[in-house]
Amino acid sequence: MNKQMTAQEMVAELSDGMTIGIGGWGPRRKPMALIREILRSDLKNLTVVSYGGADVGMLCAAGKVKKVVFAFVSLDFIPLEPYFRQARQSGAIEVMEIDEGMMLLGLRAAAWGLPFMPTEVGLGTDIVSKNPGIKVIDSPYDEKEWVAMPALKLDASLIHADRADTRGVCQIAGPDHYMDDWFARAADKTYVSCDELVDTAFFHDPVQARMVHWERSQTTGVVPVAGGAHPTSCSPMYGFDVPHFKAYTASAKDEAGFKGYLDKHLGASEEEYQQSVGGLDAIRAIELPTY
Amino acid sequence: MTAATDYTLAELCIVAASKAFESDGEVLATGIGVIPRLAASLAMKTTNPDLMMTDSEAWLLSEPNPLGKRADDFVPAAETWMGFSRIFDNVWSGRRHAMLGPTQIDKFGQTNTSALGGTYDAPKVMMLGARGFPGNSISHPNSFFVPSHNTRVFMDGECDFVSSVGYNPARLPKGHSLDDIDIRLVVTDLCVMDFGGPDHQVRLVSLHPGVTAEQVQENTGYPVVIPEEVAVTAAPTQEQLDIIAAMDPHNQRAYQIKDNPPGDRS
Repeated sequence: MNKQMTAQEMVAELSDGMTIGIGGWGPRRKPMALIREILRSDLKNLTVVSYGGADVGMLCAAGKVKKVVFAFVSLDFIPLEPYFRQARQSGAIEVMEIDEGMMLLGLRAAAWGLPFMPTEVGLGTDIVSKNPGIKVIDSPYDEKEWVAMPALKLDASLIHADRADTRGVCQIAGPDHYMDDWFARAADKTYVSCDELVDTAFFHDPVQARMVHWERSQTTGVVPVAGGAHPTSCSPMYGFDVPHFKAYTASAKDEAGFKGYLDKHLGASEEEYQQSVGGLDAIRAIELPTY
Repeated sequence: MTAATDYTLAELCIVAASKAFESDGEVLATGIGVIPRLAASLAMKTTNPDLMMTDSEAWLLSEPNPLGKRADDFVPAAETWMGFSRIFDNVWSGRRHAMLGPTQIDKFGQTNTSALGGTYDAPKVMMLGARGFPGNSISHPNSFFVPSHNTRVFMDGECDFVSSVGYNPARLPKGHSLDDIDIRLVVTDLCVMDFGGPDHQVRLVSLHPGVTAEQVQENTGYPVVIPEEVAVTAAPTQEQLDIIAAMDPHNQRAYQIKDNPPGDRS
C-alpha cells in the first residue's frame, strides 16, 4: 500500500472541530511543516493535545485553536511559549491542564480502547479541581480514591520522523521518540512527515528496524519534507534553531505580532518557508543542543 | 576534610542541597536547573554513589555529565536508555527524588508552576503549566531550590494554582495520610528548611553564614518554626569545591544567584 501524500492532502483530510495530537516535545522534533500547512489552511476550532512548544503557540496565535490539552507549553531554553501565554492570558482558549504522565496515560487508554486509566497522579492538586472533565473514583480493590484519567481519543495525530518508507514504516533515530508511538496509537489517522523517504529494504537491517516504534498499520499517510521539523530539532540530523526561536519570541512583543512573523516566514509553500530561513543546508547544519 | 574559606553562595547551596540525596540509596536523582543538577552530581560523586542520574535528554548515566558544552571526544557514561516515557515508569515506582524550583511554595509545601493571578480561565501571568509536578509530588520525595527567598515565592495564603500536593489536610485524598507526602529539603539563598515542624509546618534547619533567623522570617509569608539552636550551613570542603568546578567547567553556577555573592555574608 502506497501511503505517500502531500502535506496539503493531509491537511485536507482534517476538519474543523477535530481533536489533533501532535508528537515531539517542546522544541524537539515537531511536525512543523504540517503545522505550517495548517496555518495556510482555513482549518479552525481544533482541540490540540501536545507536549507543547511552538506548534501549540503558532496554532493559538493563528486562531486555529478552541482548546489545548497540555502539561506544559515551552521552548525549553525559552521557558514560556510567547503566543500560548498570550492566548491563555487573554482567555482566548479553553484548556485541560494535566500532568505530563497523565497525558501518557490518556493516550494509552485511547490506544487500548479503555475509557480511562486509574492513577494517583493529580490527586490533591488543582488538576482535579480545575478540570470538571477529570473524575476521581473509588477503587473496587482498596479504600483509596483514584484519578480516572480519561482516554485522549484523537481524530488525527501529526508526527515528524527521521525516515519512513511509502508503506508507513517510520523511524525515529534520535535518542528519544517521546510519546509519539502513543500519539500514533491513540489516533484514528496518523500523518507523518519525514526528513528522508527510504526504500523498505533500509529497514531490513535490525539496527535500523529497532528504531521503528509502531507498526505501519498505525500510519495513515507519509510525506517527505527534508528539514520539516524546523525550527524544532530532528536529532541526530539537526538541532533546534535558537536564533529563530529568539526572533519568534521577540515577535510577540512587536506591534505586527504573529502576523509579522508569518509575513516574514510562512510563504505559500514549504520551499518558500525554507528560503526565508536560509535553506535546507542551513537547517541541516544547525548544531545539536547540549543538555 | 577542612572547610574552605573562599566559596560562593551558589557553591554553599550546591553542597547544602546535595545533602538531600545522601541517604536516598539507589534512586534517580533529578536536579532541574544548574544548582540542583550540580547538587545531585556532587552527591553521586561523593556521599551516595548508588544514585542514578540522566543526561537530561534520553540516557541514564553511570557518571554525571559535566554541564554545558563538552569536548568533541567526550563520551557520556550511558548505562541504559531513559527516554521520557520511561521516566514515568521510574516516577511511579517511587524510586526517584527530584529537586526543582517552583514559582510559589505555600505554607503546606504545595507549589505552583502554572499560573499567577487573574482567573484560571485568563490568568494574569501564564507560566509553564503543571508539568510533572502533580505526579512527582504524589509518587516520590521532592526537594526545592529557591534562588531568591522572598514573600512572593513563600507567599501568604494558598498557591494560585496547586501544581503539587503538600501537607494540606483540606486537600488530602481519601485513603491517604499526610505522612504519604514526602517533601525533603528546601534550600534557598538564605537558609535550609524542611517541613519537620509540628503538623508539618516549615522549619528552619540551618542558616547560611551571616543570615539571621529574623531575615528568614521576614522573607517568608507564613510562620517558620525556629528551633532554639539553629546550625550554620556547613561550608564546602576544598574537595567538594574541586568536584563542583569539574562538573561545571563553564562556571554556570556563577549566574544562578543574583550578583553571585560570597557564601559567607557575615
